[in-house]
Amino acid sequence: MSTVITHDEAHHEEHRPSGLMRWITTTNHKDIGTLYLVFSLTMLFVGGIMALLIRLELFEPGLQFMDPVFFNSLTTMHGLVMIFGAIMPAFVGLANWQIPMMIGAPDMALPRMNNWSFWILPFAFAILLSTFFMKGGAPAGGWTMYPPLVLQTGDAFPFLIFAVHLMGISSVMGAINIIATILNMRAPGMSLMKMPLFVWTWLITAYLLIAVMPVLAGAVTMLLTDKFFGTSFFNAAGGGDPVLFQHVFWFFGHPEVYIMILPAFGIISEIIPTFARKPLFGYSSMVYATASIAFLSFIVWAHHMFTVGLPLAAQLFFMYSTMLIAVPTGVKVFNWTATMWRGSMTFETPMLWALGFVVLFTIGGFSGLMLAITPADYQYQDTYFVVAHFHYVLVTGALFAIMGAVYYWLPKWTGHMYDERLGKWHFWLSVIGANVLYFPMHFLGLAGMPRRIPDYALQFTGFNQVATVGAFIFGFSQLLFVYVIYKAVRGGSKATGRVWEGAHGLEWTLPSPAPYHSFTTAPEVK
Amino acid sequence: MLIDKVKRAAAGTLAAALLGVPGSAWADWGLNLPKGVTTISHDVYDLHMMVIWICVVIGIVVFGAIFFSVIKHRKSKGAVAAQFHESTTVEIIWTVIPFVILVGMAIPASHVLIQEFNTKDAALTVKVTGYQWKWHYDYLNDGISFFSTLSTPADEIYNGAPKDKHYLREVDHPLVLPVHTKIRFLVTSHDVIHSWWVPDFAIKADGIPGYIHSVWTEIDKPGVYRGQCAELCGWGHAFMPIVVVAKSKADFAKWVAQEKAAAGGAAKAVRSGGRGALVRVSGSAAR
Repeated sequence: MSTVITHDEAHHEEHRPSGLMRWITTTNHKDIGTLYLVFSLTMLFVGGIMALLIRLELFEPGLQFMDPVFFNSLTTMHGLVMIFGAIMPAFVGLANWQIPMMIGAPDMALPRMNNWSFWILPFAFAILLSTFFMKGGAPAGGWTMYPPLVLQTGDAFPFLIFAVHLMGISSVMGAINIIATILNMRAPGMSLMKMPLFVWTWLITAYLLIAVMPVLAGAVTMLLTDKFFGTSFFNAAGGGDPVLFQHVFWFFGHPEVYIMILPAFGIISEIIPTFARKPLFGYSSMVYATASIAFLSFIVWAHHMFTVGLPLAAQLFFMYSTMLIAVPTGVKVFNWTATMWRGSMTFETPMLWALGFVVLFTIGGFSGLMLAITPADYQYQDTYFVVAHFHYVLVTGALFAIMGAVYYWLPKWTGHMYDERLGKWHFWLSVIGANVLYFPMHFLGLAGMPRRIPDYALQFTGFNQVATVGAFIFGFSQLLFVYVIYKAVRGGSKATGRVWEGAHGLEWTLPSPAPYHSFTTAPEVK
Repeated sequence: MLIDKVKRAAAGTLAAALLGVPGSAWADWGLNLPKGVTTISHDVYDLHMMVIWICVVIGIVVFGAIFFSVIKHRKSKGAVAAQFHESTTVEIIWTVIPFVILVGMAIPASHVLIQEFNTKDAALTVKVTGYQWKWHYDYLNDGISFFSTLSTPADEIYNGAPKDKHYLREVDHPLVLPVHTKIRFLVTSHDVIHSWWVPDFAIKADGIPGYIHSVWTEIDKPGVYRGQCAELCGWGHAFMPIVVVAKSKADFAKWVAQEKAAAGGAAKAVRSGGRGALVRVSGSAAR
């Protein structure tokens, strides 16, 4: 490969502003990737603090620490911050860092738009978080923003809508950039069916984003006009329909949950073959399964609405289509298992996260299958069973995959190996903490505890206390993550270009740390 | 039953050991759905258990394969990686088998769902209206109507007094229903969206302004059944419980008579027959 540049050259050839201006004006995919990842980590802690406050209030029955409206604000903002502030930007950050390196490109296709799509986010979240200090408090109607309740929000209401618009614009620009990069900037010889799976899953995710973020924008705009301009889209008394909002919202919302899991599938499909030292089993069926899941995501939305009283035919259709998702998702889990089968495995930190992902995401998949069964869903809907389900897929699923990705690629980014011993501590504390936190929620939901309540009947006390203990273990062990990253950025043993013995792919042909303009000469892919 | 008790005791001991909390004396460490007291709730429970067991079996197979690999196929044990990376046969098998299992689940699930939609021929119709933050019940056949509001004192909520056994699950005026009678609920809302949920009936029906959501039940056993609002509805979402007192038909008739007397004959009891107000009318005429 002719593109190997030494560490020193990579730094000398740059003429870029230093200090703060470097970060504000940067158009470099690695700088922007770093910005996204740092932002996302910050939001993980902001949302995490909200979660710990929620768990603190729920440690015992009775109202101990806060007013119910503030509690509702916490659950609402926790959802918005974690989804739009932590998980989605983390994946965009990983895409920024990795996609150019994985397809043999120097940078992203649209670098200025890249800068803009990131820098919208801090403003969006500054606006969103500032609502805590407004009259009437932060939005407290749930992250799903169902009318009529959301229309009872105080001064925060228009700020909520505006913040959601900004997040949507940022996501759509990021998605356009990713599609433009993948379709136009692949190295010669890299056909679509030779792309790494992380690139494939992101390509499909980007299309999902472009398809559904405008739908969300439309839904919240209708809320805005209902509140301020006298329309009655969702107001039954004015001839509108509160259920219409739910249809539109979940038409966005269901693809949205796949937006948060498909890139995770891609990450796991990179990590497992590396540490099993064996090619990914069923590459093309992985691609087709991803595409099938993306397609199905558009025709299952009403499974979030089984209790609103839709007609029988609709409930049957949405039950069947939802159950069908188990097939391609199953294919993925089986393929990962088959990749490990008769491999030669080692268990460095990224592999531990990947294994944690496969097992715990599958548990989330099982509860998802249970939720698909409409008559049973009447019992599960809006209880802690649902809370357990989506935290298994989003925390031990999406977030664990992100953690794995950071450990996997950190040596490539920083040029240093992270502290393996601390990384393993971080993993085991997280996996124990998360299960102590989320598993009892299944029992709480089945026993009859609704979600989004600050106070509960006495029979729910025991498992709530267990969950709170788990939450604090899980939350505080993330400080270890920050320390491990800090340590690896500052120094540590030098990483080789390939980093992992079993690693394949263009990013590993670059030196570590990777040069500022990844591939200045396109590599040839056989 | 015994297994349930052992599981509960084990979970309780584990958690108590983990925490050493005084509060654990309150908790009953319930692990599973209640079986409930209606035919439908039993069917739902059976569906729930069927899917759980299918998931457990699949989980044992998949996790078993993963852990076998993790233990046997590790480099430190000298495992050399095979290089196979596809097999059309295997991939077809693990696409088709899950599909067949899903069909097997969908058939009984559809059957139960269709049953749940059969709101015809109800002997009694109760209109349930959600308010921020209480329930209103309206017996359309008998003209009885009342609000049902949380009766837990604020002192208990704000930790100024010891909490009662039925903390947050007690109301001033429970919904009284007869057993062995097909009852239709028309659920709606006065303000924001609420959800009327009684786990023992396997009913959760959103009350939405502008909509009438029709569901039904037929209770097998007299008793007190408790639930609460399941859709976030603002400040008092945690504080609008549902208490249903199911009585024998005769006791229910007595109760109806009492209520009417108390209401001073204001109720339009036009159609009440010899046995108080429990009038059998066809579903469509119930309005």
